Formats: sequence, structure tokens, C-alpha cells
Amino acid sequence: MSAILEKSPLANLSLWSRRLPAELSILLVLIGIGLVFELFGWVMRDQSFLMNSQRLVLMILQVSVIGLLAIGVTQVIITTGIDLSSGSVLALSAMVAASLAQTSEFGRAVFPALTDLPAWVPVMAGIGVGLLAGLVNGSLIAATGIPPFIVTLGMMVSARGLARYYTEGQPISMLSDSYTAIGSGAMPVIIFLVVAAIFHIALRYTKYGKYTYAIGGNMQAARISGINVKRHLIIVYSIAGLLAGLAGVVASARAATGQAGMGLSYELDAIAAAVIGGTSLAGGMGRITGTVIGALILGVMASGFTFLGVDAYIQDIIKGVIIVVAVVVDQYRNKRKVKR
Amino acid sequence: MLSTAPSTHGVMTQLPTAMAPEYLLEIVNVTKSFPGVVALSDVQLRVRPGTVLALMGENGAGKSTLMKIIAGIHQPDTGELRLRGQAVSFETPLAALQAGIAMIHQELNLMPFMSIAENIWLGREPLNAMRMVDHRRMHRQTRELFERLRIDLDPEAPVGSLSIAGRQMVEIAKAVSYDSDVLIMDEPTSAITDKEVAHLFSIIADLKAAGKGIIYITHKMDEVFAIADEVAVFRDGAYIGLQSADSMDGDGLISMMVGRELTQLFPERRAPRDQVVLSVRDLGLEGVFQGVSFDLRAGEVLGIAGLMGAGRTNVAETLFGVTPASQGEIRIDGEPVNMNDPCLAIRKGLALLTEDRKDTGIFACLSVQENMEVTVLPNFASRGFVQRQRLRELCEEMRRKLRVKTPSLEQCIANLSGGNQQKALLARWLMTQPRVLILDEPTRGIDVGAKAEIYKLIAELAAEGMAVIMISSELPEVLGMSDRVMVMHEGAVTGILERDEATQERVMQLASATPSVH
Repeated sequence: MSAILEKSPLANLSLWSRRLPAELSILLVLIGIGLVFELFGWVMRDQSFLMNSQRLVLMILQVSVIGLLAIGVTQVIITTGIDLSSGSVLALSAMVAASLAQTSEFGRAVFPALTDLPAWVPVMAGIGVGLLAGLVNGSLIAATGIPPFIVTLGMMVSARGLARYYTEGQPISMLSDSYTAIGSGAMPVIIFLVVAAIFHIALRYTKYGKYTYAIGGNMQAARISGINVKRHLIIVYSIAGLLAGLAGVVASARAATGQAGMGLSYELDAIAAAVIGGTSLAGGMGRITGTVIGALILGVMASGFTFLGVDAYIQDIIKGVIIVVAVVVDQYRNKRKVKR
Repeated sequence: MLSTAPSTHGVMTQLPTAMAPEYLLEIVNVTKSFPGVVALSDVQLRVRPGTVLALMGENGAGKSTLMKIIAGIHQPDTGELRLRGQAVSFETPLAALQAGIAMIHQELNLMPFMSIAENIWLGREPLNAMRMVDHRRMHRQTRELFERLRIDLDPEAPVGSLSIAGRQMVEIAKAVSYDSDVLIMDEPTSAITDKEVAHLFSIIADLKAAGKGIIYITHKMDEVFAIADEVAVFRDGAYIGLQSADSMDGDGLISMMVGRELTQLFPERRAPRDQVVLSVRDLGLEGVFQGVSFDLRAGEVLGIAGLMGAGRTNVAETLFGVTPASQGEIRIDGEPVNMNDPCLAIRKGLALLTEDRKDTGIFACLSVQENMEVTVLPNFASRGFVQRQRLRELCEEMRRKLRVKTPSLEQCIANLSGGNQQKALLARWLMTQPRVLILDEPTRGIDVGAKAEIYKLIAELAAEGMAVIMISSELPEVLGMSDRVMVMHEGAVTGILERDEATQERVMQLASATPSVH
């Protein structure tokens, strides 16, 4: 059929539409949802939804933590994998980081000998714990061939358990100012956007990214093409773990406390953000920009429903519907793209 | 590009003028386009009861699209289908099946963990009085079906335990079990051995005798001569013409298909050099093959012939480090190499074009360029960042050299025809500048024009000193291209024939391990 492609005016059209970023449609959805809330805001509450900088800042702050997880999980999903452990790893990292960020003014510190440390120590510790968890995930998947779903399910349960065991369920508080600075003001948003930019570039312009898409597209072909698939999978899961660790640091700094219940079911929101943003669970497809917009959609909805005073249970119902609709639309789009 | 002009080779371009309900199925002026592509343009076709209508054409000629329209998978944009003179339209494959049209797809669609019987009666399981699946009756029906078709398989065996050829027979039996009037077979012999081909042909003869109409898509000329009553040729989405059995002519068919005269399918070859590049001694893989030894010289083409399951692909994969050998030795330029990883194989100058394009070749959702460049990314990356400009130029150059037909390098590779996908994959490997090129069924499922181009390319590469191993199930290709032919049977080498002693008969004898008549 390719011979016919060359002169057909339709071919130029499809080429042109290919150049348009795939995220455009999802961006329009985001804008649309925002406008709907704006409209309902004027009708139901007689005030603007969007023209309220305080609300928007709060929303983006909330999105940042889940967004960090979603950036990691997007890359895992591109390789046809899944990471269910990110929420729990976040909690474990938050606990470890917080325990090393306490001030000496507090009498009952977790490690009384390790107080008033410079902020980089807890930060590195938190990120390190996440990296380690990701490394374990990736190594198990690569070495044993156990499905990622199972391996990361195990990690999800164990890491949460470990987070609780760490202080026997006690929250960790009285964190140093230099540490909580990481979570104050616009810092979480800056961290989120910088990380998003880094991995957007990594996926599009580096060997790392090309290999990630290749493995997701056809693992066997990737292996035969000389890609060290196992090593690459370990790297991808490690990165996802590292980002969960970073999210744990940001979350604990922002809340000025470490709690074992942090990030509960965040892994599902992260997966939802990736999927709404156009990442295909079949692998080989997905972009960070899409994931960022996906996370923003989740954030706008949560914020908007709260603004309108919609019941929390009903919020969840609608959120579920949106996730499924996003996947249906995505599948329809892919089918049109690949099938002749 | 849409050539509807009459062919210049004096063949009939008009359909037979005889009319009336003597046709089982008629396709009238069907046009179908997909986003960016006109797949079929004003196409016609007629199937008579009790005949085999062969359909030929290069990949991308529109045959498969037309068949999918007949089978209800796609709907035509304009034009109509007539079944026994009645206009029909099928919204779903089920509707086509119920109207009496069954199709054997090119890709196998069986569930490996379900039994043969369960696969055949899927969706129409016989039920007992309790509305439960009646397994006993299902197995009996399957046995009766197999008896009728002379297939020797256990209905209760899981499909996953069957060879590819066995699965193809199940697929054929399934299609026959619908007892349809029109049976479409899309390259049913691409994965089966001569024995099963003969078996299939006898089944087709029975179906013909029962008054069924058969549409048979194939690339193989000998099959057309063996079974077809008429041959319809398609090119670039258009119906080109028809030949009937009494006046069939192979060269004429080929030129109808490609739209030009093919001067010579197999190019001139230059004699290989003396320098041995790859030397293999007593290579074996536990339980799969053993005792494989040969020397491969620069500029040589070594053909590997054998039946499906003879272990040819396994040898290729072991040479390439996909499945490391359990015994024996591989030497490259005289140096022993412990080949345990494809990365190492690539570093040592090996390249492997795999047998199954879809399973182990293409990255379906990636672009043509991304598919090509994957093997050379490490050479074009500085501090991890890909040198996009240089890669693009290289890929563009390869695209021109190999004449990959694609609107752009950004095109998703799944949208290309089989032949062009294969050329893109060949480009992937040639970019690594290999010294030993292993080709596993390099022309499977691609059209004559692309085949000739690939043969020419292989000859050129060999003339430049590349050593080539070519695994192929098509004997004319093995004999036409190889300097020597290694023949395998059930995991063992049964002989290595020099070019002048390699005949179809000798190779078949060795491949089936039948004792020589001499």
C-alpha cells in the first residue's frame, strides 16, 4: 500500500497530523474540564474557579507528588511493565528521610544521635531508599522473569510494612527548617517540573529513551538488536524507585512529618495519570508531557469537585469513569494509527 | 499511482462476459480507503462454485484488504458484494460466517491453552440439555471432521503442543467445519511442509467437488499452477486482470504483478574468496540440534535448507548468542568466541535477520527510522544523547539504497507492506556493517518484486566480501543464491552440497532423510 501513499493528498494530511503532538487532544480535555468547572462555579457558587491563584497553587502542589510517581511509572509502563509499589516506597522513603531530618530540640527523636544533620543527608537517604527498592524490583523482574505486577505487588505490601515497622507506626515530626524548605512554597512544583523536563528529554533524545521504547515495542526484537534488555529493565525500575523516593522526601518535607500511611493508593493515581496522558499499557507508547497533563487533569478534578462541594464518594465514582473513558479513547486512537 | 490502465502483456483484462447466478460471490466496483491510503480502487472479482480462484499480487496490492471486506472485517466505502446474485453487506465477521463465508487467516488465531476441539468449536460449542458444553459430542464432531479431512490429530490435545504446521491444519479444519460456500485461504502454505501442502490440496479438491468456491491467496507460482482454475492479479489496490488455467503463463503473471518485465530473479554471483570468516565445529544445543560444522568464507552464500522444525533457526540463534551453545566451538577469524549474548555477536560482526518479522523483528508502534537505528545507537550517542542529524542522514541514505517505500522515515513501520518492512529491517542490520549476515527466511511473505531486489542486494553484499548464511524453505531461492547448501533434518546436518551437485531432488532427499535411490 505504501506505493499509493506517495502521491495521495491524504498522505500529506496524515503526515501533518502526525507532527501535531499527540498530547494536544489531552491538553484540550484539561482545558475543557477547567472551563466546565469555571461555568459551574459561576452558576452554582457565583465565583470563578480558575481566577483563584490560591486554589491553583494548592492544586499544582498536590499534583507534584503524584506527578513525580507518575513520571517513573510512565517509563515502566512503556516497557510493558507496571509499578504498584510507588505509593508504599514513597512512605518508606518519607519515614527514613524524616527520621534523619529531626531537630535536637525534640526529646524523642528516632535517632537521638543523628539530629540537626544538614538537609542533604535525609534527602539522599530518602532517594537512596527509593532507588534501592526500585533496584530490587528491577533485579527480581530481570533475573527471575516473574511478572512485574507480582514483583511490585510484593514490594507494595512489604515496603508499607517496613514503613510501619520502622517506628512501630509512630509518626516522625519536628523536622529541621532546612529540610521542610524543600516542601515549602513553590519548591515541590519546581522539582516536579525539572524532573519532568529531564525525563521528557531523556525519553526523546537519548539512547536510554530509545531503548525504553524499543523494549516496550518488542522485547525479543530488542534483545536480538543487541540491547541488554535485563540491564535496561533494572535501570528503568530503579529510576521509578528513585522518583518514588524523591516524592517521599518532597511529601514529608511539605507535611513537615513522616507518616507510614503517606501515599496510600498513590500508585493507582500515578498509573491513572500516565494512562490518561496516553501511555499505552500494551507498551511502547507514552510521553512525559502526556503524563504531566494527565496528573493535572486528576488534580483539576479533585480541586474542582471540592470547590463545588461534591461528595468525596461521588468524586471517586467520577474519577473511575474518567480513567476508563481515557483508555477507551486511547485505544480507539491507536487502532486508527496502526491499522491500515 | 493508481494504475488502472490495461496491462500491456496481451492478457485478458475484461472479466468473462458470461453472467447470471453462475457466480457464488461477486465483488462489484469496491473501493476502500484508510486514513492516508487508498487500499482498493474500483475492484471486481467473481467466484464460481466448484472452482479455485487464485489471487496474486505483490504485498500491499490490496488482496488482504479485499479478503477482509469479504469476510466482514472491513466494510467497503463504495461498491457492493453479491452472494448468489443477492446484494449483501457484512457488518461483522460473524455476519459473513453466517452467510456462508469462512476465512483462514494468514496469522494463526488459536488459543494455545485450549484443546484442538475447543478451538474449532469456539463460540458454537455443542450444548447438552443442561445448557452446559457437551465435551463428548464436541470431541466426536472433531474426530468426524478430522476423519473427513484425513487429519491425524488428537482433538483433546492442547493446541500449544502442536507444531506450526499442525496448528495450520487445525485452522484449516476449523474453517472447513463452518461448511461455508465460500472459503478464503490467505497464504495457507506459508508455514507448512510439502507433505501438508499435498494434504491441503487434496482437501481443496474435495471441497471443489462439493461445489464450494475457494479464494486462494498465494505468492507461490507452482501452487497456482497446481490448483487454480483462474488467477486474478492485483497491483497497487487495483484489479489488473485474470488468467484461466488453460492459458496460464508464469512470466505473464509476474509481469502483471510487478507492472514490468522481471529480467532475472536471481542475479549473477561472484565466486567467494578463500579467507574463512566464520568456522563452526560440532556445534550443538542440548535436545535441539547437534554436530553442526562448517566453514564460511568471505563473499560466500551458504544456504541452509530443511523442513520446518529441522533446527535451522535454532542454529542461527545459537550462532548469534540468543540461545548459547551447549557444545562445540565457534571461531571468528580463527579466534574462538564464547557466543552467549547478541550484543557480543554484533560486536564480532554478526547480524541476524530473524524469521518472524512480527514477533522478533519490527517494533510495530515505532517509526521506520526508530526501527532502523536501534542497532547503531551506541555508535551515534555522545554522553547518552543521540546524534539525531547524523542518524537521520544515515537512515535516509539506507532508505534510498534499499529503496524502502515509505512516505517518510517518521511513518509508523506497521503501515508499510511486508516487503518494505523487511527492507527496513535489513537496513537495520546493514548499518552495523556486519561481516557475517545471517538471513532467516529473508523473503517469507514478500512479493516477487521485493524478492528480486533482496536477492540482488545479497549478491552485491557478497561480492563486497560479506559472508552470508541464508536459511530458506523455498528451494528455488536456496539453489539460486547459494554457493553451498547445508541440509538439515531433525537437528542434524544430513549433508553439505556444492553448488553444482545441489538439485531440488538431492536437497529434498537429505531434508526428509529418505535414503538415496542410487
